[in-house]
Amino acid sequence: MSVVAMTVNGKPASADIEPRTLLVQFIREQLGLTGTHVGCDTSQCGACVVHVDGRAVKSCTMLAAQAEGAEVLTIEGLAANGDLHPVQKAFREHHGLQCGFCTPGMIMTAVDLIRRKPELDEETVREELEGNICRCTGYHNIVKAILAASQEMR
Amino acid sequence: MSGAIAAEGIGQPVRRKEDFRFITGNGHYTDDIARARQTYAYFLRSPHAHARIKSIDTSAAEAAPGVVAVFTGKHVADDGLGGLICGWTVTSKDGTPMKAGAHPVLAFDTVRYVGDHVAMVVAETLADARAAAELIDVDYEALPAAVALSTCQDEKTAQVHTEAPRNTCFEWELGNKAETEAAFAKADRVVKLDLTNNRLIPNAMEPRAAIGEYDKGSGIYTLHTTSQNPHVARLVLSAFVGVAPEHKLRVVAPDVGGGFGSKIFIYAEETACVWAAAKVGRPIKWTGDRSEAFLSDAHGRDHLSHAELALDKDGKFLGLRVKTIANLGAYLSTFSASVPTYLYGTLLSGQYDFPAIYVEVDGVYTHTAPVDAYRGAGRPEATYLVERIVETAARETGIDPAELRRRNFVRTFPHQTPVIMNYDAGDYEASLDAALEAIDYKGFAARKSEAASRGKLRGIGFSSYIEACGLAPSAAVGSLGAGVGLWESAEVRVNPTGNIEVLTGSHSHGQGHETTFAQLVASRLGVPLDSVEIVHGDTDKVQFGMGTYGSRSGAVGMSAIVRALDKIETKAKKIAAHLMEAAVEDIVFENGTFTVQGTDKSLAWAELSLAAYTAHGFPSADIEPGLKEGAFYDPTNFTFPAGCHICEVEIDPDTGITRIVKFVAVDDFGTVINPMIVEGQVHGGIAQGIGQALLEHGVYDPDSGQLVTGSYMDYCMPRADDLPSFTLGFTKTVCPSNPLGMKGCGEAGAIASPPAIINAVTDALGIRDIEMPATPARVWEALQSAAPRAAAE
Amino acid sequence: MYQFNYERPKTLADAEALLGKADDPKILAGGQTLIPTLKQRLAMPSDVIDIGGIKELDFIRAEGDAVMIGAATRHATVATSPDVRKHNPALADLAGWIGDPAVRHMGTLGGSIANNDPAADYPAACLGLDAKIHTTKRLIEADEFFTGMFETALQDGEIIKEVTFPHPEKAAYMKFRNPASRYAMVGVFVSKGPWGVRVAVTGAGQNGVFRVAEMEEALAKSWSPDAVANIKVPAKGINSDLHGSAEYRAHLVTVMAKRAVAAAS
Repeated sequence: MSVVAMTVNGKPASADIEPRTLLVQFIREQLGLTGTHVGCDTSQCGACVVHVDGRAVKSCTMLAAQAEGAEVLTIEGLAANGDLHPVQKAFREHHGLQCGFCTPGMIMTAVDLIRRKPELDEETVREELEGNICRCTGYHNIVKAILAASQEMR
Repeated sequence: MSGAIAAEGIGQPVRRKEDFRFITGNGHYTDDIARARQTYAYFLRSPHAHARIKSIDTSAAEAAPGVVAVFTGKHVADDGLGGLICGWTVTSKDGTPMKAGAHPVLAFDTVRYVGDHVAMVVAETLADARAAAELIDVDYEALPAAVALSTCQDEKTAQVHTEAPRNTCFEWELGNKAETEAAFAKADRVVKLDLTNNRLIPNAMEPRAAIGEYDKGSGIYTLHTTSQNPHVARLVLSAFVGVAPEHKLRVVAPDVGGGFGSKIFIYAEETACVWAAAKVGRPIKWTGDRSEAFLSDAHGRDHLSHAELALDKDGKFLGLRVKTIANLGAYLSTFSASVPTYLYGTLLSGQYDFPAIYVEVDGVYTHTAPVDAYRGAGRPEATYLVERIVETAARETGIDPAELRRRNFVRTFPHQTPVIMNYDAGDYEASLDAALEAIDYKGFAARKSEAASRGKLRGIGFSSYIEACGLAPSAAVGSLGAGVGLWESAEVRVNPTGNIEVLTGSHSHGQGHETTFAQLVASRLGVPLDSVEIVHGDTDKVQFGMGTYGSRSGAVGMSAIVRALDKIETKAKKIAAHLMEAAVEDIVFENGTFTVQGTDKSLAWAELSLAAYTAHGFPSADIEPGLKEGAFYDPTNFTFPAGCHICEVEIDPDTGITRIVKFVAVDDFGTVINPMIVEGQVHGGIAQGIGQALLEHGVYDPDSGQLVTGSYMDYCMPRADDLPSFTLGFTKTVCPSNPLGMKGCGEAGAIASPPAIINAVTDALGIRDIEMPATPARVWEALQSAAPRAAAE
Repeated sequence: MYQFNYERPKTLADAEALLGKADDPKILAGGQTLIPTLKQRLAMPSDVIDIGGIKELDFIRAEGDAVMIGAATRHATVATSPDVRKHNPALADLAGWIGDPAVRHMGTLGGSIANNDPAADYPAACLGLDAKIHTTKRLIEADEFFTGMFETALQDGEIIKEVTFPHPEKAAYMKFRNPASRYAMVGVFVSKGPWGVRVAVTGAGQNGVFRVAEMEEALAKSWSPDAVANIKVPAKGINSDLHGSAEYRAHLVTVMAKRAVAAAS
């Protein structure tokens, strides 16, 4: 066991954990932030995507210890001061979610995507979602929502 | 009606009430729940497709750090726990009932598929449980396995259950054999086709999970589980498995991350967790990982079929005969026997006026995971067969595929098919015409030659589908072998302050019931949407319900709400008449206000609801206090969504990659409550259909019975860049069989789309058939074997 | 995952010392391969030495006629580096096609080549660009580095420090992704430079990345897609599974080579 400390959603967070603890386990089990999900065990579905130091990563494929000292942002921390992020709003407005399970990872991926590539087209959005699997929506409305949010944020 | 309320009413694309919690990370899925002192379960699974368990030594595991208990099939048997059941009995053509092999919760002396449950380790942490499971010493005698569907009925093939010789669970038939033979005898042309309907693995994004709890004081068990039908789970676990009496068992299905059928069924894991919770005296949590989901979630489809279509010289269909072998896997799952029979054979008439149909289905066991309902359940298999052979007939007769369909459409309703179903309403030509227009069918030839100039092969394919949902009249399904009735329940509770709770037996796991059901209630009662709360998924709150599958929640679940609302209105009018000293017949209820006809006397909704509970001066003989009504609604018929999907593809002959360049879906779902949600359902269904047609395949090694496609490394899930944006259209014939005129929209996309895609791929390649999924490798290989032939011609 | 000790050294020297002390250590760089392996309990290292925080391993430097990239440099950094983009756009493209965006934010150059997954992309770039791999012990030519599936010339305790990629005159990478895993089913890197012509193939070979001499000779004579259009690699030694036969993959090598040459022209 060893103490790992980081900042999660702007607040200091630390816990005494086994080195093998994954970041997603730290977030869900130690911090009780259950918005970040686990949908696969081969690092492909993207339900676990969070931001570490501003970049989207798969929290199921990272040890909590690797995030020592980092700034972590999860879906729970995205709505600053209670105002929904434009991507969150767009997902609701364009019906970009159904069962909601992949949604946190999708939204965190989309926020990162718009940061990296503010000028988006449909083809780029579809390619950039390679690491996020949704079984409900057929991606149609997810793509629409991300394009709309990127317009909104320009 | 006020503008605000009208904007939330029936037919409006109201944004979903449930979204806020999901987009902010505040959903409550089963794995998000943590109980004080909870333990963790891990299941040791069979590494063999078929083996005899000679012995199990759990002593090392029991002594391992953190281990609380280890359970095997012997514990389950010693405790007298029953096995898992199939709730539908199919009768073979010789009159004998299907041959069901026992399905123990934990394997007793034999394992029958890779992933079969051998032992459950309960420990302080999941890591402890998993580590201890590796210490369990199971002495297996590996046995030959029956894996391939094509050979599993051979005499020499290994037997899955001794009860079922030649691995045949049932040999079922439907239709009139003699009439069909006669139709073929007079046919001018017979078109024949052998088809494979590929095995699929459902892959709801939330893996299955369960938390079992036992309260020693009350003797009450509680199970939180990822279920589409918690009441059915409770019924099965109490009446058949015998975990606890029904009134001592609470089942809760909280937020559930997709189901697509796979979460209808009652599985070993949740059964073992809730049963063992009393043994260990602590809550037991199990969360499956994706690898376990691949191995042990019930799979879908997996048919081999031979079909023959008889036509006269004008292209009129005279008869259809079909022989299908349907894989049931190693054990019968909760509804598996119904899927390749009554949900399949009954839809083989398609949208067409067939004089005669005869279908035989052999349901067979193999040493593979159980196969049960997966989005569409039987109807995709029927639609694939009908629409593939109709398209093939069009090519062989030289009649345009749209025209051949037109010549055979059912045009008058009600229409009795030769295979049980009585179609109540539809306009198949309207959806075909709308789809032809949307895809610009006339321009296809020009697009094909333009593609050819770029070295690409372009093809177009049709699918004029019909399906049956709104499952289903209890008397009808009962006569066909169902062990349950398929009605639905609703209870409307009006609180004193006027807001409303609606308890429904339907269960939402992505379908948006919290919004659409509220739209119905709000528009009917003239109250704001926000004042309506939909309650579902908890057997302590909702008395009973049949759950959500078969696109039944609108047509059946909402109809039950309508019936309960009728009763609410009747009683509210009685109260209003009393309060305003008028005759009940003179009370008008509109836009949330009660008025006395011809007067200026009125009563607002909240005034009435409060009065219902203050009940001052109610004539006790006539009016009880309170405002709460319930209803059970049993449908009078199935509903019949139908429509036309057209797909256009472009194939790169160098790589074999198929790109869907346009996909048009025109559907007739009858009345639509929320078009935004309905469109979303269609998108998702088409995506799963594209998955089946081009990407997904559950593959077992034919010798070892190992699941080859056991993760996303090998099972190809549709990604965003595999799919196009879809072009949707709607036509409307109102369903006469339920009060709202709804038909159901949840499965149509998955039912309709695969034949449209494969028809387009075979059109592009100029070949008769290609097996699903038409992967780049298969397409390329088809081109290699077609090339020398083309050159020779 | 099995239990292990975890160390996050700040310097290469500390990392080497820790490696020397541990029983059965594994180096963790980005972890995008190692962590899934650990999760599946397919590896049981005594110690995981995380070199992801060693600053001296995270750099991109354009010097003279080559780009030097530190072993712990993330794929996303390589993909978006102005220096790489300017001098070696094919390498930037390749890095931008590895995995998905989240994987590219974590995965590293050194981790990729040290693992030498037969379906990884970077080995094709190393072999296709005549790269030099600098380790804590020596310099290894790319031709000597990749020795077989998941096998490299690296010895115990040897850490990759950086890779030198000489600037090509022309180069391109074309990848046919496995439809399910999205790893390279066939990836072909073609280049022309001071080293002559190179054609490196990843994904297809049973022993990992390999060069196609016949295509290199043909392209040396005439740098055009037609030059390779009729050159088939033998199906022997090519992977075959449910995603495609060896014949299909061998065919794809030709198709991807042709397209890569076209893109690099």
